[in-house]
Amino acid sequence: MATRKTAKKTNVSADELKSYYREMLLIRRFEEKAGQLYGMGLIGGFCHLYIGQEAVVVGLEAHTKEGDKRITSYRDHGHMLACGMDPNGVMAELAGRSDGYSAGKGGSMHMFSEEKHFYGGNGIVAAQVPLGTGLAFADKYKGNDNVTFAYFGDGAANQGQVYEAFNMAALWNLPVVYVIENNQYAMGTSQQRSTSTPDIYTRGEAFGIDGELVDGMDVIAVRDAGDKAIKHCRSGKGPYILEIKTYRYRGHSMSDPAKYRTREEVQKVREERDPIEHVRSMLLASKYATEDDLKAIDKEIKGIVNESAEFARNSPEPDAAELWTDIYAEATA
Amino acid sequence: MATEILMPALSPTMEEGTLAKWLVKEGDTVASGDIMAEIETDKATMEFEAVDEGIIGKILIAEGSEGVKVNTTIAILLEDGESVDDVALTAAAPTDTPPPTPVATTTAAPAAPQVDLTPDQTPDWPEGTPVKQQSVREALRDAMSEEMRRDEDVYLMGEEVAEYQGAYKISQGMLDEFGSKRVIDTPITEHGFAGIAVGSALAGLRPIVEFMTFNFAMQAIDQIINSAAKTRYMSGGQMGAPMVFRGPNGAAARVGAQHSQDYAAWYMQVPGLKVAMPYSASDAKGLLKTAIRDPNPVIFLENEMLYGHSFDMPEIDDYTVPFGKARIWREGSDVTIVSFGIGMQYALEAADRLAGDGISAEVIDLRTLRPMDTDSIIKSVMKTNRCVTVEEGWPQGSVGSYISSVIMQEAFDYLDAPVINCTGKDVPMPYAANLEKLALVTTDEVIAAVKQVTYR
Repeated sequence: MATRKTAKKTNVSADELKSYYREMLLIRRFEEKAGQLYGMGLIGGFCHLYIGQEAVVVGLEAHTKEGDKRITSYRDHGHMLACGMDPNGVMAELAGRSDGYSAGKGGSMHMFSEEKHFYGGNGIVAAQVPLGTGLAFADKYKGNDNVTFAYFGDGAANQGQVYEAFNMAALWNLPVVYVIENNQYAMGTSQQRSTSTPDIYTRGEAFGIDGELVDGMDVIAVRDAGDKAIKHCRSGKGPYILEIKTYRYRGHSMSDPAKYRTREEVQKVREERDPIEHVRSMLLASKYATEDDLKAIDKEIKGIVNESAEFARNSPEPDAAELWTDIYAEATA
Repeated sequence: MATEILMPALSPTMEEGTLAKWLVKEGDTVASGDIMAEIETDKATMEFEAVDEGIIGKILIAEGSEGVKVNTTIAILLEDGESVDDVALTAAAPTDTPPPTPVATTTAAPAAPQVDLTPDQTPDWPEGTPVKQQSVREALRDAMSEEMRRDEDVYLMGEEVAEYQGAYKISQGMLDEFGSKRVIDTPITEHGFAGIAVGSALAGLRPIVEFMTFNFAMQAIDQIINSAAKTRYMSGGQMGAPMVFRGPNGAAARVGAQHSQDYAAWYMQVPGLKVAMPYSASDAKGLLKTAIRDPNPVIFLENEMLYGHSFDMPEIDDYTVPFGKARIWREGSDVTIVSFGIGMQYALEAADRLAGDGISAEVIDLRTLRPMDTDSIIKSVMKTNRCVTVEEGWPQGSVGSYISSVIMQEAFDYLDAPVINCTGKDVPMPYAANLEKLALVTTDEVIAAVKQVTYR
């Protein structure tokens, strides 16, 4: 890792850097545990892991404030942990248990938190893009300065509704940051095989939306790009696009053997570009933390993740009567 | 502490697999992410990665083993300094500790909670209330305007709703009163603006989305069903979409197959949605006001042919009509005719003409299809012993076929004849004037059906 920056050359404090390390590590260990529990049959159905992409959500959450909103696709566990949702509730939902965020009725792809302004968890590719634009519409309507992050992948970027949303967001000057998490594979189809031009961030040009390309394996770069995008939206200048180049280490979902890329390709990213290793080496090189400090963090994270697995295991299945609840809200008027 | 490495489930349906190849051997050190083995499922060969770091202490299942059950211990992972002898091995067969599958609860689904829908026969407005004549078009506009005065979070969005004053002039004058913040012209982009409206509803606004016709809402049906209807359930009740999707539905006149479809049966099928389909102006107004206040997504199906029709409108402040309450337009004793929306035209006309033949028809307007006031239908059928349903939509999977099944289950012994569903013909709507007439349900067909069930 010859080109590692030291923290001191970037604008980041020891505490900030340690907290990014901690949050990214939480996501990675949580996802590894989820993969393990899936293998044991505790988690079923589809389960899309975020391993490798941790710097994206951690960097972008760094400058958010209360009331800011976020919405994403089915690869959503990292987003939930990064916005402060409780790992216990997330893991219990993955296991389909009553203490999960959706009382066990949503599962991996469908989790929400009104408290943390997390609007899912969407299983339909790109549906979250107009929905996120609508969240921003609501903030503009109410006249506050909140911002919405609408996350989607390089695959979703080819859905028509994305451009319908871009058009209206620009037309109506809505405070939404479109975050294209380009992990380079739409399930098994590489970006080269699916996307006519390499730079997705330029696709806003047709609508007058500025965009930029960001190194998604560098949490500081993501944070700084996010800060700029947030300021753009908060100041009433309308939508902004961030194409964040990242990489997922695992298959598309648990049942994807990922034969569409070589083992060497994955290994090379892991060894040379890993976002957590990057921060770890920055912390050590800058003497912001010692090996022992980092070991203590690792231990703390391991404890949190193990606790979430235990919590999920011990949480009961939803009561059979839950089958019939939460279909309609009761009319009060 | 040593860890048992278990045969993993690598797909939603995997129960066993072949341990094709070990890529590590006893004594090897592994780190999280290292590939330890290749496992064949019925669909693919998958690489199996280590989750924890440690030393492979013992391999319990040899490579090439087939039919290895999920959760069988296949190897033991040791921590630094541990010896495999320290570990009390469980058998290499499926572990005694059962997988932490949840405790079985009941196998049968509990019965759906019963909603009390005892027919409420109170009239929509008290006798003696002054009424005026008003068109369905004006009634819809008044409903929206009254609700927008009442609640700042209600807004109207759609194609041509603002400056053009509505493609069918439903929103006439609303831009002037409420301004462009709340009466919003959209580009022609149904999928996109429906999604934006749903998102704004999740964040607490109460949008009214006008589709120029429900035919165009097919572009948006994913957002209507997957996002608006299902989010409350999927979020465990945390959030939902309090909103109305409205616009003309069904056949207009001579507009051909792509602009002439009745979606009543489609939307009626979806839990999480409510569906209203008014016939009269007072119901258009009263139901739309109820729809706007409802905390759930409501599909509000209008009909272009009815926009210009005038009906009695009670002069009552804040006139609303509850969902799930049918209206009995005409009492009768020989047959029950059930309809909704524009189907009511045929039903009422048929009842008039049948009276001349000495047949007394009871005519029920369902007004809302979800919730549906099936109790009023059953009660009426118990009296008349015969039923004919009328709708413009297609026959297969129609509203009428659902009503027939409810009658079969709840009033079978009361039936003196099979229920007949009068529907549109099972064809795309033709353009030619004569063919279009043939494709639609007609009053004559309703009369013939009634004569058939009354054996006249």
